[in-house]
Order: sequence, then C-alpha cells, then structure tokens
Amino acid sequence: MDVFSSLMDGFATALTPMNLLYAVIGVVLGTAVGVLPGLGPAMTVALLLPVTYALEPTSAFIMFAGIYYGGMYGGSTTSILLNTPGESSSVVTAIEGNKMAKAGRAAQALATAAIGSFVAGTIGTTLLAVCAPIVVQFAVSLGSPSYFAIMVLALLAVTAVLGSSRLRGFASLGLGLAIGLVGMDSVTGQQRLTFGLPLLADGLDIVVVAVAIFAVGEALWVAAHLRRTPLHIIPVGRPWMGKQDWKRSWKPWLRGTAFGFPFGALPAGGAEIPTFLSYVTEKRLSKHPEEFGHGAIEGVAGPEAANNAAAAGTLTPMLALGLPTNATAAVMLAAFTSYGIQPGPQLFATEGPLVWALIASLFIGNLLLLIINLPLAPVWAKLLQLPRPYLYAGILFFATLGAYSVNLQAFDLVMLLVLGALGFMMRRFGLPVLPLVLGVILGPRLEGQLRKTLQLSAGDPAGLWSEPIAVGIYVIVAIILFWPLLMRLWRMARPEAAPAVAGMQATTVPDAARTNDENADTLAMDDRATDTSQTTPAGRQENP
Amino acid sequence: MSIIVGYLPTPEGTAALEAAISEARKNAKLLVVINSSRGDAFVDKRYAVDEEISGIEERLTKEGIEHLVQQPVRGNDAANEVLQAAEQHRAELIVIGLRRRTPVGKLIMGSTAQHILLEADCPVLAVKAGQEP
Repeated sequence: MDVFSSLMDGFATALTPMNLLYAVIGVVLGTAVGVLPGLGPAMTVALLLPVTYALEPTSAFIMFAGIYYGGMYGGSTTSILLNTPGESSSVVTAIEGNKMAKAGRAAQALATAAIGSFVAGTIGTTLLAVCAPIVVQFAVSLGSPSYFAIMVLALLAVTAVLGSSRLRGFASLGLGLAIGLVGMDSVTGQQRLTFGLPLLADGLDIVVVAVAIFAVGEALWVAAHLRRTPLHIIPVGRPWMGKQDWKRSWKPWLRGTAFGFPFGALPAGGAEIPTFLSYVTEKRLSKHPEEFGHGAIEGVAGPEAANNAAAAGTLTPMLALGLPTNATAAVMLAAFTSYGIQPGPQLFATEGPLVWALIASLFIGNLLLLIINLPLAPVWAKLLQLPRPYLYAGILFFATLGAYSVNLQAFDLVMLLVLGALGFMMRRFGLPVLPLVLGVILGPRLEGQLRKTLQLSAGDPAGLWSEPIAVGIYVIVAIILFWPLLMRLWRMARPEAAPAVAGMQATTVPDAARTNDENADTLAMDDRATDTSQTTPAGRQENP
Repeated sequence: MSIIVGYLPTPEGTAALEAAISEARKNAKLLVVINSSRGDAFVDKRYAVDEEISGIEERLTKEGIEHLVQQPVRGNDAANEVLQAAEQHRAELIVIGLRRRTPVGKLIMGSTAQHILLEADCPVLAVKAGQEP
C-alpha cells in the first residue's frame, strides 16, 4: 500500500490550484506542438526550461509532463485530418486514420484516437506507478559496471535500432558524445576540447545545446523549405463514436497498450515500433480485414493506444534509472539536473514527493487531454493555418531569450547559432537528432560510471564485466550490433526466407527518429509502411 | 489582351469569377483565373481544391471561353500574383472580389484588394458577394 499512499500524496500536491493551472498550460501547449508537424514536445520542454527556473521544480515538471502527453495526443489530429503526422509516433495512425477521414468518418477516428490515448495513458501510468518502484529496488543493487553497461545499451540501441541508417545514427551519436566532453575533466581538472576558451571550461549548457539543435535547427530547416503547396484539411465536427465503433475499438486499445508500455520501458523503446506492431497485429486479428487500407477503425485505435502507453513506459527507466530513451525524456532529465536533482535510482528516495506528484499529474493530464481534445479537435486543426514565418519567429525569439538567460553570456548566443547551424546540417544530411541529444546528456554520466568502475578495479578493464548483469547486457549489445550481419548470414543460409526477412527489416526501420519530416518524406514513409505491411503477410504465404 | 480574375473558394471569389465570365463572354477574350497561396502554412483554405479547379475548367470549356487556370505557390502574396499575371498577359481588365472589412480589420490586416486597385495598370472591376453583375 506504500505505492498507493505515496500516489495519493502526489495527487494532493498535483491538485493544488497552481499546479493544476500548470498542468492545463502544459497539456494545451503540448497539444498545440503535437498538432504542428516539425514541432515536438522535446523542443517545447527545452524552450521552456529557462523560463521555468523561477518555478518550483514540482510545478515545472507537472507542466513538462502535460507537454509530453499532450504531444502524443496532438499528433493524431494532424495524422487523421491532414495525412501528415504531427509526430513520428503518429505515422502509422495516418495510414488508416486519413482514409477514415476521407470516407467521412473523421469524427470517429478522432474519438477513438483520443479515448484510446486516454485509456492507454491511464493504464500505462498505473503500470508506471507500480513498476517504477520495483525497478528501483532492483536498480539500487546495481553497481557502476552494470550502470555503464545499461547506458551503453541505451545509447547503442537508440542509435542502431531507430532511424534509417546506422552509419548516420552513429555519426550523430559521436557528435553528441564529443559535445558532451567539452569542458573541464571532473577528475583531473584537465581542459578538454575547450580550444583555450575559458568560457568553454564549464562545458556547454545542455539548455543551449537542446534549444539550438531542436529549435534553431528546425527553424533554419523550415526557412529553407518554406514554400509548399498547401494541403487540404478534412472538415470535421465534434468527435463521437457509435456503439459499433466502441465494440471494435476496445480490444485494439488494450492490445496497443500491451505493446506500447514494454517497448517504451525498454532502453531502445521509442513509440514508433510498438505503433507499427500494433497496426500489423490489428490487421491480422481484425474481423474486417478488407477494411484495412480503406479506413479501419482498429488501425487507428491500436497504434494510438500504443504510442501513449509507450510514452508512459518511457518514463519508467527515466524516473527509476535516470535513463532517457527518447528526446523528451532526455530533455526532462536535463531539467532534473539543472534543478540540482540527481537522477537515478535514488530519485524515488530523495525526491519522493516530486516524483509522485509528477506521476499523479500524468493521470490528471490524461483526463484534461481527453476533456480538451474531444470537443476541441476542430479548433486544434485551425492551428495548421498559422503562417509558419510567424510561428518560427516566435520560436527563435524564445530560443534566443532562453539561451541568453541561462548564464547571461553573449557567448552562449554564439554557441546557439553554431549548434543551430549544426542542427540544420544534420537535418539536411538526414542525421537523426535523437542520438546526438542522448549523447550530450548521457555522455558525461556514462563517463562518470566508467571512471568509477575503473577506479574500483584499479584501472583493470576486467572490472567492466565484473557483474553478471553487465555481462548479460553486453551480450545483448553485441546482438544488436551484429544483427545485420547475423541476418545476412541467415539469409544466405536460407535464401527462400529472404522476402519475409526483408519485410520484417523494413518494419523495424521506419525513418522514425526524425520528428521533423518534410511532407514528402512522411508521405513516402507512409507508402513504405503500407508496402511493408502488405509484403509481410505475402512473404509468409510464400514460405509456409 | 485578356481578363485576369483573382479567385478564392469563397462567396466573394465566386462572385468575381461570375463577373469575369460574363465579361469574357461579351468580348471573347482569354480568361486567366489566378488562385494563389503563399504556401507558408500547412493548410490554406483560400487555396482551392483540385475538384473546384477542375469544376471551373469544365465550366469554362463548356461556355467556350478561352481560359487559363493557374495556382502559383511561390511565396508571393495574392495581390502580387494577380498583378504579375496581368502584366504577363497584358490584361485589359482585372476582376476581384471585395469583402466587408471592419475598420480595425483593415488597419491590422492590410488589403489584397487595395493593393491590386492601387498598383494595377488597367481597369479593375471589384465585385461584392451576392451581387449580380
């Protein structure tokens, strides 16, 4: 009952009028950035980080949690009404959702997405509240070698599993780790990568890096691709569902949740893979398989539930281990650090009230999202008529203000521009942004654990695999790294299995790590996704 | 010589198109329909859907009017697109739709119609919605 009473305390904190107000601000902002393609919750949290320094950490995190969940809700609206996913995790929703909307069932699609998100978010948050303390109990027994191994796994998995190209992923990770190294070495006091500039001795502020990569990079990218043929939004009234829709939706919601939460909680999770798995499963289990591809409600209900459950799942390693697995969690982790809160397994012990208030606010945020999303979906869709120059001018203003306010140094503005240009180049050459951000945020902590391990073993590298859990994790890391090689060998050994394998590989590699897809890309992506889902069963039929 | 009409999928735009068609019918000239968007927002309601455009083309063909329907998305505002087309086709008449604006609305938003009226080198016919030409 300890969990329950802590959670009730959390509700007591989160339900104060002030915190409730921040939750409302959070979900409204989150939905707005979720609706707009190219803007995501990670960027919004990064932009708001300096603004919230004046707030209580609890209020700030309640707001961030609202933004995080709101982003997941908002993405589906754009997917369904415009066929342009607002978020990478809503890519799959667009496949059936837009077809439903074109067939005049936009209201039902929006309703099943919103209610499914609510159901999955609530179940996911409950699982988070139950699982996180268990993971913590397990995690406090882990030593530095295991931590180091888990972090290596998280970085490699995010880099190698998500995204279309491993090479680009690792290039981005390398950039991130290098940026994370800048500054004074905490053990020996040596200057690293400072180029003799005293201002770099303290390292680069994570706020500056995150704002530059997400906000400035995206703004420059949009400025370079400003003109495009306007899309046509499908007009919609108030979302609602008939009895038949409920009957067809509730099972996909639950199955989507079952896919989403574990994948979100895994170090390599992300919301993209479970949404896809959910789609494929629903397609296979559906009583109306002929409707898939023409607007099947199951194809909206399942993936939307999966992405919200994954959002809750992602918070489990973030809160319990201090291990972020997506961009928003990474920025939230950076926020913990900037408030002087040490993330990791001790978090539940040292900052119990804050953590439980955060979890309670997730429940509240979920309910708020359902309330503001069901009747207001058409209003959110109006946001898409906003001319982007105005929008990005505002974002650049906030980015500059935020970056300057961290240290009140003009030098940070120079860094903002330099890193913003880097962010632009990464988008230009198709490098995923997530490995870089994770590298910057996890890099220094990874190094800390490595050094601790080596100090404990007196410099003997054998200390790295002195714990059984660490050994197990290195095996998983090796499998992830050599997966393409293994696949190739297997395919050579059994050539007739090739089509199925090709199908499966394409399934796991949707170009998902980039949250800022130009329309053409996302449409191509959709095509590819649809192709894959069609080739997979075909391949199976070929080799029984 | 030709007639340029600035078209929007609104009552004003339809009124302008009707006026332009009856002008073109009188003189049998080239009718250029311009429907433009700056293309800087994801959704622009003033950018006509393909069905509307093909509907207009069908109707003009049926009426036997020589026509050209253009939907430029080049980051220019609608006024500039209309004026450019007027220059390019050596227009002798521009037809536009006017909508009711409050004084405050005029002050804040500026006016495409005003821009065209002041800058055009040829006569401009301004039509209001719900009026028969």
